[in-house]
Amino acid sequence: MSNVLGVINLVNERPILKELTHHRCLASVPFGGRYRMIDFTMSNFMNVCVSKVAIFTKDKYRSVMDHLGSGKEWDLDHRSQGLFILPPIHPDEQIKGDIQQFFDHLEFFKRATADTVIIAPGHHISKIDFNEVVQEHENSGADITVLYKNYDGEAVQKPIYHQCTLDSRGEVLDIELYTSPATGDHVCLETYVIRKQLLIDLIKKCVENEEYDFLKDAVKANLKSLQVQGYEFAGHMPFIHSLSTYHKSNMEFLNPDIINDYFYNSWDVFTKVKHEAPAKYAISSKVSNSLIANGCFIEGTVENSIIFRGVKVKKGAVVRNSIIMQKGDIEEGVHIDHVITDKQVIITKEQTITARQQPTVIKKGEVV
Amino acid sequence: MASKKWVAMLLAGGQGSRLGELTSDLAKPAVPFGGKYRIIDFTLSNCTHSGIDTVGVLTQYQPHILNSYVGNGRPWDLDRNYGGVALLPPYKDKDGGEWYKGTANAVYQNFHYIDTYDPEYVLVISGDHIYKMDYNKMLAAHIAKGAHATVAVIEVPWDEAHRFGIMNTDDTDQIIEFDEKPKNPKNNLASMGVYLFNWKHLKKYLTEDEKDIGSSNDFGKDIMPKMLNDGANLQAYRFNDYWKDVGTVESLWEAHMDMLEEPTVFELEDPNWQIYAGNANHPPQYISEEADVTQSLVNEGCMVSGTVVHSVLSYNVQVGSGSIIKDSVIMPNVKIGKNVTIEKAIIGSDTVIEDGAVIGAHKTGITLIGENQIISSTYAKS
Repeated sequence: MSNVLGVINLVNERPILKELTHHRCLASVPFGGRYRMIDFTMSNFMNVCVSKVAIFTKDKYRSVMDHLGSGKEWDLDHRSQGLFILPPIHPDEQIKGDIQQFFDHLEFFKRATADTVIIAPGHHISKIDFNEVVQEHENSGADITVLYKNYDGEAVQKPIYHQCTLDSRGEVLDIELYTSPATGDHVCLETYVIRKQLLIDLIKKCVENEEYDFLKDAVKANLKSLQVQGYEFAGHMPFIHSLSTYHKSNMEFLNPDIINDYFYNSWDVFTKVKHEAPAKYAISSKVSNSLIANGCFIEGTVENSIIFRGVKVKKGAVVRNSIIMQKGDIEEGVHIDHVITDKQVIITKEQTITARQQPTVIKKGEVV
Repeated sequence: MASKKWVAMLLAGGQGSRLGELTSDLAKPAVPFGGKYRIIDFTLSNCTHSGIDTVGVLTQYQPHILNSYVGNGRPWDLDRNYGGVALLPPYKDKDGGEWYKGTANAVYQNFHYIDTYDPEYVLVISGDHIYKMDYNKMLAAHIAKGAHATVAVIEVPWDEAHRFGIMNTDDTDQIIEFDEKPKNPKNNLASMGVYLFNWKHLKKYLTEDEKDIGSSNDFGKDIMPKMLNDGANLQAYRFNDYWKDVGTVESLWEAHMDMLEEPTVFELEDPNWQIYAGNANHPPQYISEEADVTQSLVNEGCMVSGTVVHSVLSYNVQVGSGSIIKDSVIMPNVKIGKNVTIEKAIIGSDTVIEDGAVIGAHKTGITLIGENQIISSTYAKS
């Protein structure tokens, strides 16, 4: 499929991961040992051979720009098409909504030769085959296709998710923000397929009416006048809305079945290449049930953990049920359990940090 | 266009027949190394880190994989508007053309390529050595000594000197004699196959050498002795760090084992001197609950459930439970089943080792399994 435009919409992101989203947008939170969350959607877009991808950013987008660069890792460093990072053009003003930003960059849509657009958030961990979704969108004759997933996440008491109500033919009757999704509910994935011209028309119309929320004002408001079709994504996708669900969904990647599904039995997941050497295991190393990235030097014990690139675990250190992000330094005799260390954290000799219910987070660059 | 200070010519055309099955379909510089790299990555990365932005790669034998691997040079930052990497196979022109007859002839045939950049100096290097070297320091010594040519040398143990091209030098390290594989070495300074020339001076010798039908057109055997004979100022530049020629199965295996030494003798993970490689996108490695990995290098994309001791696993290697890998080098995409034993072996890329196979366990010396093989449980090569 070549006539598809990819849009990654970061405008509606919320900083749900506390310290981890304090200085970076959700899409660029590290995930799974060597990725950023946005890599999964980027790679899913690659799989449909999108020729052009736009990232609509809101704030704290330096890391996302640094990470995506020219887009070459995703084969998006093309002459005429490729990757476009589109930040707010009025940074001093309050952003009114994603439609405002789509409108400010309307030129991007107008210039694109593609006639179908996929819009998705930047933090979904999944392998959605958009070829199938677009095919289904075309077969159904829908104006807009909305992806949903039957809720299988942990209980949550916050208005984070929208519920889709469908009729028997899968057409969307209502989309509503609600607070406590129950298992099996059709949770809206804020992922849409839409014709480009319709999208442009909706954006213009919304702005004329001073309405700026794509989900509410472009999709929900037109459920009667347009054919809006639901598409169930039945594959693996963790619902991440808190530090503990973030921790848990990382740990799911210690399951070989999930590793195979994501990395070996389907298209590749690409990320920024950093040229570290292979991981080095010392004579004293003891590693079990863990993901280890390159550039690591493991002299200590690592169990049930996710170790990002360039981490050092020194002699006598014990790391359990933890996530150690890039360039972490776990010194001699440290014991940590249920800890998430952001990038470049140093845990000094003989420190013990253990947590139970909620993982403890150590902020980027901290020395503990 | 401005002329370049220097241009590197990287000799990558050798067949590498002493690497046996590993090079049956592959040029030696393209042989995988260190779990993640190909041998040529080390010299290409040296060029990048030394600020050489124009590198001609002289290819001849089995070039397909090497060609597509080097590509436009992007992993090494050698995708430049002016200069960058160029793959230089033998070619024909209106006067004919022929295979590269020797190292000097390969450079001679690409005269015009070098002249395009009008460089002051030409660095001739080889794509089959493992080392990290700042060629700038060699250039500084070359200029300081007003040399016509400089040869990088490394001290080798006296009892091994007979295997190398030995430079006999005076006490200022000026070269006074070449001794190719001497029976009774007078010195232990071995040529590393790294030559630095003044291009104008070299050009003259390459042209003369070409006319000499008795010549083997080789830098070490012909060009350098001829320069010496003419009284040119040839200098030895001492290199005091790790360097290894990986042209044989034994030395390839040894170099891998060197990477595992504690304390380190060769640091692959050097933030100031990264070794760049192509094809670097693989998921993180998964080390299972049953696995035991010690004193090893393991690359991304591996899934390990067995025991790995003192070994190197390249990307996308799988090791099933109950298997033991010891003192071995496993090249990319090798699938190792359950209860396999591999000792002191090199397993070529894409090979499948079926459950229960035993490789190299009862053998002295190194067992080599080629690429794309299927080794069944009944395998017992001795």
